[in-house]
Amino acid sequence: MSHRILIVDDEPNIVISLEYLMKKEGFQVAVATNGEAALQRATEFAPDLILLDIMMPKKSGFEVCQALRANPALAAAKIIMLTAKGRETEIAKGLALGADAYITKPFSTKDLVLRIKSLLA
Amino acid sequence: MKARFRFALAVGVLGLLMTGPFLLAALLLYAEARDVERAVFAGFLVPRLPLVVVVAVMGLIAGMVALRGLFRPYVQGLPRMAETLRLMLGANRNFRVALEGPPEVRDLARATNDLAQQRDELLLDVETRIRQAKATVEEEKNRLAALMSELALGVVVCNLDGRILLYNSRARLQFKALAQGPTSMSGGALIGLGRSIFSILERGQITHALENIQQRLRRGSAEPTANFITSTRTGQLLRAQMAPVIAPTAEAEREPQVTGYVLTIENITRSFEREAERDQALQSLTDGSRAALANIRAAVETLIDSPEMEADYRERFMRVIADETSAMSGRLEATMSRFADALKTRWPLEDVLGIDILAAAARRIEDRLQLPIKNEDQDATLWMRVDSFALIQAITFLASRLRDDYAIRELRLRLCAEGNMVFVDLIWSGTPVSSETLYAWELEPMNVGAETSPLTLRDVIERHGGEIWYQRDKAAHNAFFRIVLPAAVMPDAQAMDPAQHLHSDSRPEYYDFDLFAARDAEGSGIDPDRRLTDLVYSVFDTETTGLEPSNGDEIIQMGAVRIVNNRLLRQEIFDQLVDPVIPLKPEGMLIHGITEAMLNGQPRLDVVLSAFHEFCAETVLVAHNAAFDMRFLQLKEDSLGVRFTQPVLDTLLLSAVIHPNQESHSLESIAERFGINVIGRHTALGDAYVTGEVFLKMIPLLADMGILTLRQALDAAQETWFARVKY
Repeated sequence: MSHRILIVDDEPNIVISLEYLMKKEGFQVAVATNGEAALQRATEFAPDLILLDIMMPKKSGFEVCQALRANPALAAAKIIMLTAKGRETEIAKGLALGADAYITKPFSTKDLVLRIKSLLA
Repeated sequence: MKARFRFALAVGVLGLLMTGPFLLAALLLYAEARDVERAVFAGFLVPRLPLVVVVAVMGLIAGMVALRGLFRPYVQGLPRMAETLRLMLGANRNFRVALEGPPEVRDLARATNDLAQQRDELLLDVETRIRQAKATVEEEKNRLAALMSELALGVVVCNLDGRILLYNSRARLQFKALAQGPTSMSGGALIGLGRSIFSILERGQITHALENIQQRLRRGSAEPTANFITSTRTGQLLRAQMAPVIAPTAEAEREPQVTGYVLTIENITRSFEREAERDQALQSLTDGSRAALANIRAAVETLIDSPEMEADYRERFMRVIADETSAMSGRLEATMSRFADALKTRWPLEDVLGIDILAAAARRIEDRLQLPIKNEDQDATLWMRVDSFALIQAITFLASRLRDDYAIRELRLRLCAEGNMVFVDLIWSGTPVSSETLYAWELEPMNVGAETSPLTLRDVIERHGGEIWYQRDKAAHNAFFRIVLPAAVMPDAQAMDPAQHLHSDSRPEYYDFDLFAARDAEGSGIDPDRRLTDLVYSVFDTETTGLEPSNGDEIIQMGAVRIVNNRLLRQEIFDQLVDPVIPLKPEGMLIHGITEAMLNGQPRLDVVLSAFHEFCAETVLVAHNAAFDMRFLQLKEDSLGVRFTQPVLDTLLLSAVIHPNQESHSLESIAERFGINVIGRHTALGDAYVTGEVFLKMIPLLADMGILTLRQALDAAQETWFARVKY
C-alpha cells in the first residue's frame, strides 16, 4: 500500500512540481493551499507525511505544525517544513514545534525525495 | 580694669612701705621711753607733725610717679598693641605694630611684626596658587568648549539628576530641528543649562543605560559606554552614546564614582529609514528569490527527470519556469531602482553578558509587577548581541501579560545555548497558554502599566534576527516561552588588560569641572527657602495692544530669557509675536512699533502660551511690574488650560524694597541707577534682557538687607508701599 502525502503550499507554481514528483514516486497525493485547509485536509486524508510551507495566508506553517502535533490521531504523520527563509533561529523553531525535517528553498528534488523516503522507511 | 586695680594696690603697698617703718620705729621708741621722755618727745613732735606729714606725702607722690613711669610702658602699652593686632587680623592686613616703649616691649612688637609678615607672605602665596589654578581651569574649560563646538556630533553633559550642565551648538541645532510647533519658538528651548534632559529623551532609557555603565564599571571594563536608540515625541530617531563622567577617586577606593554623563547624540531618522529600506531590499532579493528559485528548480529537475511527461504537462511546467524567471527579473529591477542609495546604519546591538540582561529584567519585573522571579540554570558565560533596553522591555511585557491574563504567581528565567543561538526561557508552572495567545501578544504594542512602547514584541524579536515560541514541557509540568537570539563572542576579553584599565592616566582630565557637584533639589517644585542665587529664573515681558486686559486688550509679543547660576543666558530665549485676532490700536503702535503686517500669520496666544509654559517650567518668573503681565496671563488661564503656578518676583516691587526713598521705579530709572545700558526697549525680549540684568544687580543688594531666600524676597515685596497700593 502506497504512502499518502499531503502537500501544503499556497504557490501553485511549486505545487505543480511537488504533486507531479510525488505521484511519479507512486505516492497518493492531496493538496491544500492554505493553513486552515491543511488542517481539515489532514484529518480527512490521514497522510503519512506532510510537506508544509511556512509562509502562507491565514495560518502560518508553524501554527499548522503545532496544531497537527496537538492532534493525537495525526501523531504518526511526519512533517517536513519547506521554507523560503533559511535562518537558523527559524529552523530551530520549526524543529521545536514538532517538525521532523526542515528543508530550505530552493532545494534539490532528488534530495527531497530521498528525505521523504528515509522518513517513511 | 585689672591693671588699674593692681596699680592702686601697688600704690597702697608703696605707701605702707614708705610710712610703715617710721611709724613702727616711732611706736617702739615711744613704748620704751619713760613718761618724761614721752612728754618731751610729744612736745617736740606734735607742733612739727604737719611738716612730717607733708614730707611723707611728697615722698609717696614721688614714689607713685616713679611707679607709674614703670607701669605705663610695660602694662598699658600691651592693650594698645592688642588693638593694633586686631586691626591687622581683620580690617587692614598691612598695618604694623609701632616700635615704641621699653626694649622688652619693642622686642615683642618686632616678633609680632615678623609673624605678620610671614602670614602675609603665606597668604599671598596661597592666593597666587588659587589664581593660577583658576586660570588653568578656565583654560581647560575654554579648550573643551572650543573642542566641543568643533564637533560634528551633538554633545550634552548632564549630572546624575539629568540636569544639563553643558551642551554644544550642534546638539542645540539637532534638538531645534526636532522641535515642532511650540518649542521652535524658543529655538529648541528644551535644551538649556539646568534643564532636565528627560524632557527630550526618555527617562527609562537613560537610567537603563546608566545601570549598564555601572555594571560595566564594576567589572572593570575599559569602555564603560552604552548605546541606545530613542524616538522623540516628533517621531525622530536619535542614536545616543553615553559615557560616564567619573570623579577622581583615591587609589584605595575601588568603586569608581559616577557623577554625571556625556551624551553624544546623532539624528539617524533618515539613515535609519534608508537602512530599513536596505534591509527590505536585501530581504526581497534573498527570501523573495528563494521561493521563485525553488519553483524553477523543482520544475526544471522534474522536466529533466521525466522525459516521458505528456505534452500539456510539459507545457505547464515550461510556463511555470517562464513565469517565475520573468517575475524574478522584474523584482530584481524594481529592487535595484528603489534602493539605489542606502546608508549603512543598524540598530546598535550591543554585546552584553546574558546574565546581566536577565538580572536587570528580573529586577524590573519584581519592581514593576511585584512578581517573584527565580533563576534556573543560567549559563554565566553566554554573551548575546542585543538592544538590551528593548529586550528587557519585551521580557517584562511577557511577564506582565502572564501575570495579568493567567495569574501566574512565579516566573523562572533560564539561559542556555545551542550552537550560535542563545535561549532565554520564561518558565512557569500551571496554566498553559495557547500558541494563538502568543501570536496575538506578539503583535500588540508592549505596554506595561503606564509605560508604553511603540514597538511590538515581534518588532523586537525581528530587530534581533531572533525567534520566539511557546513550548510545554509535559514531563516537568511546566510551560515556557523561548526567545532565541544570536550569540556573541566574548567581546570584553581584552577589557581586563591592566594597561587600559580605568584608573590609568590615559583618560583626558575633564572632570575637574565643578559643574558636577551641582546637585539640585529642584525636582518638581520650587523650594521657597532656597537662596536667590541658587534658583533658575525666566525673566519675561509682554507687549500688548493696550493696558486693559479686562477690556479686551491682548498680548501681541512675548519675550523671555533664562537666568541660571547667576548668569543671564542670552542664548536661551523665548521670542515670539502673537496674532491677537483683534485690530491694533494706533497709539500702541507708537510704543512697540509692531504693525498688523508683522502679526499676519503668527501663531495665536493658545499656542504661544503653552510653548511659554513649557519654556518656564520649574523656574521662578521675573517681570517688571509683573502684576500687569500676570493679569494678562491669568485671564487666559481658564480658556487656554495653561496655569502658571510658580512664584513671581517683581523688579518694580523689589526696587521699592531696596530704594524706598527713590521717586521713580520705572524700568528706565532703575536701569539708570544700576548703570545698565538700555538697548532695544519696548520689544518684549529687549525689556526682558534689561529686567534680567536689573534683577541680577538686585540680588546682592537684597542680600545686604538680609533678604537671602525666595520666600524672604516674596514677603518683602509684598510688604512694600507699592504692593499695598497696587494690589
